[in-house]
Amino acid sequence: MRDAPSGPAAAPAKAHAGATPEVPAAGGWIGRSLRRVEDRYLLTGRGSFVGDHQAPGTLHLVLVRSYVASATINAIDASAALRQPGVAAVITAADLAGVAPLRGVLARPEFVATDMPVLAVGRVRHVGEPIAAVLADSAYTAEDAAELVEVSYGELPAVAGVADALAEGAGAVHEAAPDNVLVDVIPVSSPGLDDIFTSAAHVVEVGISTARITAAPLEGRACVAAFDERTGQVVLQTSTQVPHTVRTAVALSLGMDEHQVRVISPDVGGGFGQKCVVAREEVLAAAVARLLRRTVTWVEDRREGLTSGFQAREQFYQVRGAFDATGHLLGLDADIRCDVGAYSCYPVTCGVEVLMAANELPGPYRLRIYRARSRGIATNKTPIAPYRGVSRPQTVLAMERLMDEAGRVTGLGAVEVRDRNLVDAQEFPYRNVMGASYDAGTYRESLARCAELLGHGSWPGVQARALAEGRLLGLGLACFVEPTAYGTASFGMRKMTIVPGYERATVRMDPSGSVIVMVGTHSHGQGHATSYAQIAADALGIDPGRVRLRQGDTELVPHGWGTFASRSIVAGGGAIARASADLAGQLRAIAAHLIEAAPGDVELADGRAQVRGDPATSVPIDELARTAHHAAHLLPDGLGRGLEATAAFDPEGTFSNATHGAIVEVSPDTGGVRLVRYVVVEDCGVMINPMIVDGQVAGGVAQGIGAALFEELPFDESGQPVCGSFVDYLLPTAADLPEFEIHHLCTPTTRTPTGAKGMGEGGTIGAPAAVLNAVNDALAQVGASVGRIPVRPTDVVAAIAAAVSRDPVDSRRKAQ
Amino acid sequence: MTDVHSIRITVNGTEHELAVEPRRTLADMLRHDLALTGTHVGCEHGICGACTVLVDGLPARSCLMFGVQADGRSVETVEALGTPDALGPLQQAFTDHHGLQCGFCTPGFLMLVTAFLRETPSPSDDEIREVVASNLCRCTGYQGILRAVRAAADAGAGS
Repeated sequence: MRDAPSGPAAAPAKAHAGATPEVPAAGGWIGRSLRRVEDRYLLTGRGSFVGDHQAPGTLHLVLVRSYVASATINAIDASAALRQPGVAAVITAADLAGVAPLRGVLARPEFVATDMPVLAVGRVRHVGEPIAAVLADSAYTAEDAAELVEVSYGELPAVAGVADALAEGAGAVHEAAPDNVLVDVIPVSSPGLDDIFTSAAHVVEVGISTARITAAPLEGRACVAAFDERTGQVVLQTSTQVPHTVRTAVALSLGMDEHQVRVISPDVGGGFGQKCVVAREEVLAAAVARLLRRTVTWVEDRREGLTSGFQAREQFYQVRGAFDATGHLLGLDADIRCDVGAYSCYPVTCGVEVLMAANELPGPYRLRIYRARSRGIATNKTPIAPYRGVSRPQTVLAMERLMDEAGRVTGLGAVEVRDRNLVDAQEFPYRNVMGASYDAGTYRESLARCAELLGHGSWPGVQARALAEGRLLGLGLACFVEPTAYGTASFGMRKMTIVPGYERATVRMDPSGSVIVMVGTHSHGQGHATSYAQIAADALGIDPGRVRLRQGDTELVPHGWGTFASRSIVAGGGAIARASADLAGQLRAIAAHLIEAAPGDVELADGRAQVRGDPATSVPIDELARTAHHAAHLLPDGLGRGLEATAAFDPEGTFSNATHGAIVEVSPDTGGVRLVRYVVVEDCGVMINPMIVDGQVAGGVAQGIGAALFEELPFDESGQPVCGSFVDYLLPTAADLPEFEIHHLCTPTTRTPTGAKGMGEGGTIGAPAAVLNAVNDALAQVGASVGRIPVRPTDVVAAIAAAVSRDPVDSRRKAQ
Repeated sequence: MTDVHSIRITVNGTEHELAVEPRRTLADMLRHDLALTGTHVGCEHGICGACTVLVDGLPARSCLMFGVQADGRSVETVEALGTPDALGPLQQAFTDHHGLQCGFCTPGFLMLVTAFLRETPSPSDDEIREVVASNLCRCTGYQGILRAVRAAADAGAGS
């Protein structure tokens, strides 16, 4: 156990001891905080984002979107819009007869499949649903014309929330689901659960709700679509995390073979999950480009992004835990409801939150008896999609509230009750109650270290002294396991008809000795061009500056699944490590032939090949590359004649772990919550580039704090979103966040070629629970508590007022 | 809507004469008429600051300003701060301290901080935090940005 170097000032470090990588780390590039190769062009304004491209003759697409939540469409009159100079066309569903809707399917009986049409067909189901597309010679003209399109609605009562949806006599959002339940799963129901709850020494119950929020990448969604007559292809540039999945969706919807669709994704200005599913606008742009044989561009504005872009995480948990007298968790019983909005996202479906919530609730705790019911409920609100962590921020919130309550009722306190229930080091690999196999981690160690860093031992005194000054301080902890990089086996169990999971990489050395890596993951801020180069460089014995990444073009890279679910460094990095090892073997064989040695005796390091320990035999790798291409006649058949290797990696899943801790000060007067400290102790195995790892943790924590304290997309009772700008949707700013204290433990996994585990979502997963527990630790001093995030100042003030009215003397005395 | 105004504008030291519609934003004019696509548009309502450029040396949200309002003025954009082969000192600090991830908001922060450090070459940490809080970043949690600005100030980037 050790703290790894943090930040760019840290000294270069070799790969962590204890790893059992398939690929020997010859150059020691893995583990160094190299500066990112992406930075130079991004910092100088030389990046390439979709909205930057406006070729002459481009038609600008602006959508006419529904302003009511639920209605039939009786008529659409585009005549006034079409009379505007510069308007080329107004497209409605009637013009897209051959374009199939998006239809995400889980092949299981508890799931109801529904269609998401590219443009509304006779009916709208949420505010912001696209009804018609106006195409004009400028975005300005198209926006003006869109306002002239008259839509005649037959308004229907809106199903504005879960309670509405499940109420007797509620209207159906989809005819296929008259009860508005699109998914209803009981993935586990252990025998004996009721008996455990009857006989347990302690039964603890918590209710948690989390507001609807959104990923809000700073670059909104955007597409440029064209039809290439030379190749017969639709060429779609789009800001996506998943180029090949977009290709599949467009091809299916437009009735084309996949080779007839080329998807290019240049720089992507953040995604966080919102861009890992296929938007109807992407299919629409492709369909219109094919229909009109024109280049079409659509660039989402922020109002569209906040009202029509995929949303997430409106969830409700009622969780009971049975504990024995010594504080051990004996049984867990959960009822979970997710407001999934009006449509099912493609391809992961609206079941994505629902299934994960039930499957992963137990988290890092030992548990054998478990029952969960989880439902996905349709409402007349914007559809949901994965957002960084998906359901884990909520499951962790529920479990960590439960643990705090258990610590209170058992008298063990927050640290001890967790420590007794966390999976211990000697239990790995640990098969949990749902059948998932956790690889080795540091669950108890991370808790102990985080508690120590926060000064947990002396906390009661610190808190009491502050209270004596009239200040409410709170300390909150959150322990969690972060399942990352699901492979095909795990995704297959969900019964998706499109099963992602593997990744495939081609590593090619050119005649100059430089290397091109081609892979289907798609970096959108994660610095893959840097980390992947470190992996390839170690395998090949060359400088990472000689390695370049190609990504984001279905014509150029092997079929792959993109970047989401903390999968890239495991799946993409694993495939690159394997292909690089294969290519290194080819280089060793060529060198062995030229220097008349056995291939097994040849080592590659510092850009040269030589017989191990014999510098006199040294040959530059550049020379091997040149020979393999330009003088292949010198090599026996089967060697050289190009230098390339391709390999796939289908991970069995890696499990990072962490404990997050927060200290907050709550103002009893204003209800404001100020973060005083934020500590992360995490273990993601080998860190390829620790600086990038820290950056992922920090960004995730900021998003998690946003969810805990600021962010919310409310809808009124008629299904109207009441938040359409960043004036109302409060992203955290630099003034809202403390300096994060990030510490690492390192348990290399044996399940990946590099020893690295996925880690992209952990920050977001832990932060809401740590912050809410801290707020409640502060509020407990005045007998108050809150169970919903974001914790708004009004919630705090109301909770304190409620406590005072329940117990006026005691609460007032404590608050003074 | 088709009336156009003829304006003269100096961008990154080069004078341009342009015919623009009065409603065309400065951001669109820079990006699409002058092909300076380093300036990004993140919200079009003046909150996120991704579109920040300097107008006569002062930070301005180019999504909230019309191109015609820049007539006769001098505009600086991210393209003027350095090149990939020769980063400016602030840009160097951003890469040294991992002050960017996706890079979309980055040009706005660079322009904001450029003006700030010219005016306040030796800022306190609180002053840095207050200024950085003017713009939004969704990737970094601001940790690397704050360290980068501190380092750039300490290295004399503003003097």
